[in-house]
Amino acid sequence: MRTLIYLLIGILFGITMFKSEAASWFRIYEMFKFESFHMYGIIGSALVLGILVIQTIKRFEIKSFYGEKIVFTPKAKSFYRYLIGGIIFGLGWALAGACPGPMFTLVGAGYVPILVVIAGSIVGTFLYGIVKDKIPH
Amino acid sequence: MKLIYEPWPWYIAGPMIACILFLLIMVGKNFGMSSNLRTLCTLCGAGKTSDFFKFDWKSQKWNLIVVLGAIIGGYIGAHFLSNTSAVALNPETISDLKSFGFESAGTAYLPTEMFATSALLSFKNMVLLTLGGLLVGFGARYAGGCTSGHAISGLSNLQLPSLIAVIGFFIGGLTMIHLIFPLLF
Repeated sequence: MRTLIYLLIGILFGITMFKSEAASWFRIYEMFKFESFHMYGIIGSALVLGILVIQTIKRFEIKSFYGEKIVFTPKAKSFYRYLIGGIIFGLGWALAGACPGPMFTLVGAGYVPILVVIAGSIVGTFLYGIVKDKIPH
Repeated sequence: MKLIYEPWPWYIAGPMIACILFLLIMVGKNFGMSSNLRTLCTLCGAGKTSDFFKFDWKSQKWNLIVVLGAIIGGYIGAHFLSNTSAVALNPETISDLKSFGFESAGTAYLPTEMFATSALLSFKNMVLLTLGGLLVGFGARYAGGCTSGHAISGLSNLQLPSLIAVIGFFIGGLTMIHLIFPLLF
């Protein structure tokens, strides 16, 4: 049952990414050129509503659908890992035109070369695991 | 109902994403896609090489199922819910991309120069796609999250680290498009 719920949430996410064109390489390029409001509108409105959702859950201590307490884990305090990691991610996001959600959506949409990007991102994650103790965090 | 076949405007897509965030929180999970890349590394046996990949992948099985859903969603979106795949870009963006050699700008969903199956035969394109993927995977794990984990989940939870990461995403993205693209294309 829970598996089916995760699958349905994923399907909803995939359809939204594809239909909103957030999975389009062109839209990412256009965003970084500041030539359209579209992507900013998507992220901005998701964010405003997301803040409302999370702050409401916290304020009223809303329980999950299963009656469990909802725990939000704060991100570890640091500066370098977020800035440098973020810059590296941004370089790749603009080049490949896809982030780790939409790249899977594009597999379903039938674009074969995106598999190269996915393979690259898995290898990239692996390389991070190997060098993580040697780079600043 | 016809509107569903048109590209969805931002004011539909944004709230939908917030809704997905809400649903994942309410089933006791969180919204973050790039951690799946780590799980996939573990499934490939990366735990033998680095402790970073030594964890019980089954605790992340739910997220892999979300990924499976995202793939199915992409199929449904592209095959059953679209009557056009052309992205209506800003005309300036189109002429700009054409000057870089992206003739498909304005007529396709993804640049055919990079994402048509025939583009697999271009050595340069293969290098760029691989490099893009490497940077996304390495950067996301280094930063501890990607667009979903930081820009949506983290910022919604008012996390300063996520703000730093998102500023990083933009420094990287702007550098790539404005400074590196003219050298690549």
